[in-house]
Amino acid sequence: MSQVVAERPAILGEIDRARRSASRRHKAIFAATWVVILLLIGAAIYATDNRDTDWMATFGPFILGGAGITVLVSALSIVLAVVLALFGALGRLSSNPVINGIATFYVSLVRGTPLLVQLYFIYFSLPALGIILPAIESGVLALGFNYGAYMTEIFRAGIQAVPPGQREAAEALGMPERLVQRRIVLPQATRIVIPAIGNDFIAMIKDSALISLVGVQELFWRAGTTGRPARNTLEAFVIAALVYWALTIIFSFFQERLERRMARGDR
Amino acid sequence: MKLGEVVVRATGIEKYFGDQHVLRGIDLEVRAHETVMLVGRSGSGKTTLLRCLNFLEEPTVGVVEIDGVRVESDPLHARSRRHQEQIRQIRLRAGMLFQDFNLFPHMTVLQNCIEAPTRVKRIPKREAVATAERFLEKVGLSEKRDEHPSRLSGGQKQRAAIARALCMEPKVLMFDEPTSALDPELVGEVLKTMEELAHEGSTMIVVTHEMSFAREAADRVIFMADGAIVEQGPPEQVLDAPQEERTQAFLQRFLGETPELEPRP
Repeated sequence: MSQVVAERPAILGEIDRARRSASRRHKAIFAATWVVILLLIGAAIYATDNRDTDWMATFGPFILGGAGITVLVSALSIVLAVVLALFGALGRLSSNPVINGIATFYVSLVRGTPLLVQLYFIYFSLPALGIILPAIESGVLALGFNYGAYMTEIFRAGIQAVPPGQREAAEALGMPERLVQRRIVLPQATRIVIPAIGNDFIAMIKDSALISLVGVQELFWRAGTTGRPARNTLEAFVIAALVYWALTIIFSFFQERLERRMARGDR
Repeated sequence: MKLGEVVVRATGIEKYFGDQHVLRGIDLEVRAHETVMLVGRSGSGKTTLLRCLNFLEEPTVGVVEIDGVRVESDPLHARSRRHQEQIRQIRLRAGMLFQDFNLFPHMTVLQNCIEAPTRVKRIPKREAVATAERFLEKVGLSEKRDEHPSRLSGGQKQRAAIARALCMEPKVLMFDEPTSALDPELVGEVLKTMEELAHEGSTMIVVTHEMSFAREAADRVIFMADGAIVEQGPPEQVLDAPQEERTQAFLQRFLGETPELEPRP
C-alpha cells in the first residue's frame, strides 16, 4: 500500500459547509413563509371580530367528533375502491369479451356521471327499486364505486407498466397464468400505483364532505349545521377546514413512509 | 462428454410476424449433453427460434418436442387451456435465460430461486432452499442469497438468473444473448459459468454473438440467415472453415478479417 495519503483538499470542506448552510437557510425561510401566511390569515379572521369563543367551546368538540365519521367513511370507501379497481383493471385487460365489456362499462358509466348524482341515485333513487340503504352505507358505496372507476385506470396502467420480461420470465419457469399475476405482476404493479392511490385517498377524504348532503353527520355536516343558524359560519368552517387539512397531512406522512419502505429492494 | 438421446426436436418451424416470414422451415435436434450455439446477424431469426422452442412465441407452423413432451403449434387456439397446459409442460423442461435477466425485483435472490420450485413443482420449502443454495454456490453467489436484485451487478444478476433456472432442474437450458446487456468487464464471469455448465454435461442452446466463446464451448455451431439454417457443424468447421458464402461474409464482418479458406475444389 502506498503511504501517500492524499490530503483532503480544503475546498471540499468549504463546499460542504456552504451547502449545509444554504440548506439550513432554505428550510428556515420556508418555515418562516408558512408562519407568516398563517399569521396573516389568523390576523384577518381576528380583525373580522368573528370569534365567538363561547360558541366554539360549545360546538367545537361536536364538529371535531365528525372527523371520526369522515375517517371511517373514507377508509371503508378506499377499501371498496381498491377491490373494485383491482378487479376492474384485470377486467379491462382481460381477453374475455364479457368480462372486458363489464369492466369497460363500469369505468365509462361511473366516470361519465357526477359523484353527487351517483350519491343521490343510490340514496334517493334506489328505494324506488325497493333497495333502501342507510346514509352512511350509501355514501361508502358512492365514494367506493366512484373512486374505484378512476383507480381502475390507475391499476391498469400500473399492470401495464410492469416490464413484459417479468411475465415472460415467470411463464418460462412454467408458472400458470394465475400465479404469474398474483406473485409476479400484481406485487410490482402495486408498488407502481401506490403514490397515485395515496393521491386519490387524499382527494376522497375531502370529497367525503359530499355525503353530508344525504344527512351523514360527518365533519362538514356538523360544521354547517351548527355554524349556520347562529351565524358562526366563519368559526365553523375554519375548524372544518383545519381538520381536513390535518387529516391529509397525517395521511401524507404515513404514505411517504410506505413509499420509502416499498422502494427498498426495488430495481 | 458423450452425447445422449435427443432432448429437443423441433420440426418444420415456420414463424410469421404479420406478413413477415421470419422462420422458414427450421428443423433442429439437440441431444443430451450437447451445447449448440446459434449465431448470425440480428434479424436472422435466432432469438425467435429460441422463443418458439418454449412457445414464448407461438410458431405459425411446426412441432416442438422436449424430453418426450410433444406440442404442435396451434395459433388458432393458442390461448386454449389444453394448449397452454401442454406448453407449460414444455417450459418445465426448458430453462430460459434472457438478455436482461428478468429477475423478480421484489424478491431476494433466494426467493427468486425457490418461487417456481415451491409454487409450481410443489417441492417442500426446506428442500427447495437446499437446492437453491447448492446452485447459488455453484454460480458463486452464496453471499448474495438475501439481497434484492437491485444490489447485484449485471454479471451477478445473470448468474442469479442461471441459478434460478437450474433450480427447476430443466432438461435443456436456453440462453438468449445472455451477455449482450453486460458491461464488457462482466461478460467473462457469465461465460465462465456457462462453460462450466457445458463441461458438466448440461444440454444447452445458446444464441450468442461471442464467437470466441462459441469456438471454446460449443459442440455444434449453427449459422442462421434470413430465418433459415445456412450451415452447421463443429465450431472449427463452421467458424474456421465455413463453406457457405453467407457464413463467410458474416464471419468476415465479425472478425474484421478474411478467414483463411481452403480453396474450393
